[in-house]
Amino acid sequence: MEYELQNPRRERLERTAIGLGWFSIALGATELVFGEPLARALGMPRRAGVLRLFGVREIATGIGLLAARDRQPWLWGRVAGDGLDLAFLAANVDGNPRPVGIATAIGAVVGATAMDALTAQGLAGCERKARRAQVDYSSRSGFPLGIQAARDLARHALQQSAVRH
Amino acid sequence: MRALVWHGKKDIRCDTVPDPGIEESRDAIVKVTTCAICGSDLHLFDGFMMGMKAGDIIGHEFMGEVVEVGAENRKLKVGDRVVVPFTIACGDCDQCKAGNFSVCERSNRNRDLQDKAFGHHTAGLFGYTHLTGGYAGGQAEYVRVPFADVGPVKIPDGLTDEQVLFLGDILPTGWQAAMQCDIQPTDTVAIWGAGPVGQMAIRSAVLLGAKQVVAIDCLPERLSMARAGGAVTIDFEEESVIDRLNDLTQGKGPDKCIDAVGMEAHISHHHPDSIYDRAKQAMFLETDRPHVLREMIYVCRPAGILSIPGVYGGLVDKIPFGALMNKGLTIRTGQTHVNRWTDDLLRRIQNGEIDPTFVITHTVRLEDGPAMYRTFRDKQDGCVKCVIKPQQLH
Repeated sequence: MEYELQNPRRERLERTAIGLGWFSIALGATELVFGEPLARALGMPRRAGVLRLFGVREIATGIGLLAARDRQPWLWGRVAGDGLDLAFLAANVDGNPRPVGIATAIGAVVGATAMDALTAQGLAGCERKARRAQVDYSSRSGFPLGIQAARDLARHALQQSAVRH
Repeated sequence: MRALVWHGKKDIRCDTVPDPGIEESRDAIVKVTTCAICGSDLHLFDGFMMGMKAGDIIGHEFMGEVVEVGAENRKLKVGDRVVVPFTIACGDCDQCKAGNFSVCERSNRNRDLQDKAFGHHTAGLFGYTHLTGGYAGGQAEYVRVPFADVGPVKIPDGLTDEQVLFLGDILPTGWQAAMQCDIQPTDTVAIWGAGPVGQMAIRSAVLLGAKQVVAIDCLPERLSMARAGGAVTIDFEEESVIDRLNDLTQGKGPDKCIDAVGMEAHISHHHPDSIYDRAKQAMFLETDRPHVLREMIYVCRPAGILSIPGVYGGLVDKIPFGALMNKGLTIRTGQTHVNRWTDDLLRRIQNGEIDPTFVITHTVRLEDGPAMYRTFRDKQDGCVKCVIKPQQLH
């Protein structure tokens, strides 16, 4: 769904989504170019090919995030990709010679997943709110004589009350 | 007759039930022409109020035509058009004589139950748990009104049901909330919740002469209605309530604060304490979510007043009592003493000072009531206030 920027919160979330897009491209490029050293650092030297594939996915998602007018589906796409990353890393924990490296990677992916999900959820909330804003009750004052008359009436009553006291 | 019947949590149905009859000599039977779903009915729907039994007829905001009166009822006659206050008052006890109708000492027929729960009993209420008497409610074709020579407000000709229906609850509730604030011409009054009671509180604060009225909510349609009534609005999902209130009051904080939210405060990551409360509710360690109370205590100007028309049902925790005490805040709360305010409010409606119909967004048949509970609870379709026409079949 397309929607316009209307408030600071949405602008903040959009900026975060763009940041995540660039992060995705940078991470993807790193995985693609440095697949082998990265795989070694994570204690799974034979998995460099998988890391490169993940890199391609990251780059594609990043480009999608930067190019799309509606970034939500791409953010949820990142969340799904994060799930794939986590599953892959978890499958390579047992007997891993670099436990610190893989634990750090898992921690980083969990953090990124949270960021992706919160941003997507926040944008979904903004979209819901934008839809609700189309219901407008700004003509329903409840004061048949108008607000100013209501305020004048109140002022008059308060003055009378002060005189009585 | 047909009536909306509570069968359990999130289970309200339109059932056929026995017609009510006169039980006491001061009773009346009212044929309900218009009733409404109140925000506090949602606490029953969501299962947050104890003391409901499957088969209870719900609804406490209703009006209609008198079709039968008890032998000793000298106030009403068949054919009278009346709005019935949601609090049942005997008119004879010390509290009723003092105008404290919502704590009538005689109308709650399950007083032992409430004595145990609250220390003392309060008035009977229509369709609102067995703690408050277990009286059948008004979301029905007919309703028995006990002590009907005290509460019901006779409606003069020339006013529609919609203009006067809310005299039975939300209008005097919003009005009492504002009256409890002792509003001065220099006051900023902050109102949490732009639902039906909040909307009435906004109009009441304006009519009572507040310099500035601020409404806090997160739903655009309700905020637009609040602005229409003269309020400055704060969307708590978009900005910090505390920062904005301080900005609007040159750092002093609002002089008067009204909690028109109550026990089911919005759960949001913007308010981590609301998540904490929800978790405790799930573990039966707390019954209510008092985020608004905490925020009001924190932001209210020292020596200010906190007025609480929002319904609370049981236990809350993490209330910053140190701030409350040291800031010298006054808390005023309670169910509405409806009849204390109805004469004045009816006069204001007749004079055109206020027209409560502004709040009605949906009108449905009784059969559509169960579905409307969900629409209202989920705040779908721009729903702010739903009115039901029990006599309307098609």
